[in-house]
Amino acid sequence: MTIAIPPDRNDSSKSLQPKGWLKYFSFSLDHKVIGIQYLVCGFIFYLIGGGLASAIRIELTSPLSDFMARDVYNQVLTLHGTIMIFLWIVPVVNGAFGNYLIPFYVGARDMAFPRLNAVAFWLIPPAGLMLISSYFITGAAQSGWTAYPPLSISTPAAGQIIWILSVLLLGGSSIFGGINFIATIIKLRRPGLKLLQLPMYCWAMLGTSILVVLSTPVLAGTLILLSFDIVAHTGFFNPTLGGNVIVYQHLFWFYSHPAVYIMVLPAFGLVSEIIPVHCRKPLFGYITMVYSIMAIVLLGLVVWAHHMFTSGTPPWMRLFFTIATAFIAVPTGIKFFNWVATLWGGKISLNSAILFSCGFIINFVLGGITGVALAQVPFDVHVHDTYFVVAHFHYIVYGGSVFVIFSSIYHWYPKFTGKLLNEKLGQLHFLLTFIGFNLCFAPQHWLGLNGMPRRVAEYDPQFQLINQISSVGALIMAISTIPFLWNVVYSAIRGPKSGDNPWRALTPEWLTSSPPPVENWIGEAPLVTQPYGYGTHRNENEDLSSNEAGNVREQS
Amino acid sequence: MTALSPLEQKSTEESPQTEHHEDHRLFGLTAFLVADGMTFAGFFAAYLTYKAVNPLSPDAIYELELPLPTLNTILLLISSATFHRAGQSLKRNEANTCQRWLLITSALGLAFLISQMVEYFTLPFGLTDNLYASTFYALTGFHGLHVTLGALMILIIWWQSRSPGGRVTKDNTFPLEAVELYWHFVDGIWVVLFIILYLL
Repeated sequence: MTIAIPPDRNDSSKSLQPKGWLKYFSFSLDHKVIGIQYLVCGFIFYLIGGGLASAIRIELTSPLSDFMARDVYNQVLTLHGTIMIFLWIVPVVNGAFGNYLIPFYVGARDMAFPRLNAVAFWLIPPAGLMLISSYFITGAAQSGWTAYPPLSISTPAAGQIIWILSVLLLGGSSIFGGINFIATIIKLRRPGLKLLQLPMYCWAMLGTSILVVLSTPVLAGTLILLSFDIVAHTGFFNPTLGGNVIVYQHLFWFYSHPAVYIMVLPAFGLVSEIIPVHCRKPLFGYITMVYSIMAIVLLGLVVWAHHMFTSGTPPWMRLFFTIATAFIAVPTGIKFFNWVATLWGGKISLNSAILFSCGFIINFVLGGITGVALAQVPFDVHVHDTYFVVAHFHYIVYGGSVFVIFSSIYHWYPKFTGKLLNEKLGQLHFLLTFIGFNLCFAPQHWLGLNGMPRRVAEYDPQFQLINQISSVGALIMAISTIPFLWNVVYSAIRGPKSGDNPWRALTPEWLTSSPPPVENWIGEAPLVTQPYGYGTHRNENEDLSSNEAGNVREQS
Repeated sequence: MTALSPLEQKSTEESPQTEHHEDHRLFGLTAFLVADGMTFAGFFAAYLTYKAVNPLSPDAIYELELPLPTLNTILLLISSATFHRAGQSLKRNEANTCQRWLLITSALGLAFLISQMVEYFTLPFGLTDNLYASTFYALTGFHGLHVTLGALMILIIWWQSRSPGGRVTKDNTFPLEAVELYWHFVDGIWVVLFIILYLL
């Protein structure tokens, strides 16, 4: 069956689109505009969430709650977690780069459902504004981003309800995006392009979108039940009315463990795009990468209860979830070794993009190791709900996902704008972020092992020195944003022209002008069957020295 | 290659919306229904867990009668068949027959809702009486919301399939097919719900 919308209707909708920078404030259907909308919107929320994180670290420089009241601290940590997860990392690694890159990678002129795509984006700003405004109107939710009952039932209801509504909106946005990505990758590939010829980010987004579609609705249903408990005084999760809080935890983590993969799988994909370009080598082990992504998707759906080892889980459940979780280390390890093998012997240009990618590899392997440790019941029971978990989680989502977001911005900025970023400022940004991040979170492992609980404004004075070191790290991270912001704003206006393909990359998005025209290509979309064919596929831009040619491996 | 401005680009290149390509909307809808089904799966999982670990306290009232829900099951199953007939009629370009079957389908949906209401008003327990009561109303209510939306959409399709003047025709069957897929899904969920809630 074919569909055709009459041209006149189409023309009128196109001519209504504003031109220039105003299009970023419109209900644009262009996947590139929507991608940038996601990215900029997400970054604004990142700055807000970062401000909240700074407030937390300032509070924790002293053992008493002297910077803010305890209930304000609870609100701040809830907002910090919710904003960073639902408004920054999930929309940016999925929505921003997914929308911008996936149509290029499959050789399409737009996503499968452009209108749904725009709707998915425009759900995010109102949800974010609602969430943040709750702090000023009624007081924000206080039960953390997990909203565990009975805490979420017994804290002030108004803020919690606004939190639930905004997370429901963001979940809806996420599901719409996931459906769109699945349809685009499966159905919209240009003729002749096979699934196993797609760049790795497509596979990562396919896996992620499957997780989104399968798990996000469960969270939505759970939050609806929770809101009934708060508003209508039902007893689903309220033990005093015969309910069961453990059921909430199971349903919540059925989404929120996959959510970690929703945040980090696209980052895996992005890194797999960036590393081969900047070290001029084919991606090592393409097929094993694909299989490991799909293995992570499958395993990611059956490990949720490892978050609940101290919730009275029966022994058989502990055993099962420990083993399943430990298994995830295998596909993740395969990916780690593949990235290292891609870098190995490559002609690496040590620019900001690859620096952030390498930073990601280092941080992620550290976070992964503590993750395997946390999956072991005896250890988890000891450090559950301590700063060890905080450190582990931030090594995954900041050291993992956020480093990749920065790496991707440095890599694709010339594509987005046609301008080059200042390399010196980029390296300064990397240095500050890497030092600040590790200084902030590495000491928290020690705090957790020694028993400092998380999410509490006050702590035992013996932890003060380490907390202050951690806060200095947070300060450096906050400062690191300044050169970055200056760099992206200044370069957009005054930056040198980048040309169409400054990295001499072979992935399809670079085989058009930078920034690309509205329909992505003038004429037919190119058929790219070897997106990582460095060393074998010499196109006109390729300028291999004899040294490089000796180092690159033949792509099988 | 230099970047063309959007205007120049449009004049040289056919825009994608006018390009003939396959219709992927049913695929997208299927993915959405998978997501919707997972919401129900979460509710069912919660209910079954409650059954396993939270026994009903002896003084709590939670009794369900079978006749009305059985009637409801039959109503919905018949409505799935009548909807199928409507789709077949549309494909044979018999607009009037199609409209008649759609009206019957929608009437069956409304009959289901009315019968559900009757059941709600005759049940001896309310939403907040006990855990099982809450779960019962949440599950059937969430499903009833789906039926309500479905019945409304069928009425819209019914209006739009009038001949002449309607937009749902032999050449544009997508709206009908989409609502039909949704309706079968809602019926399927009801069968699962009926088994889990009433028979188990």
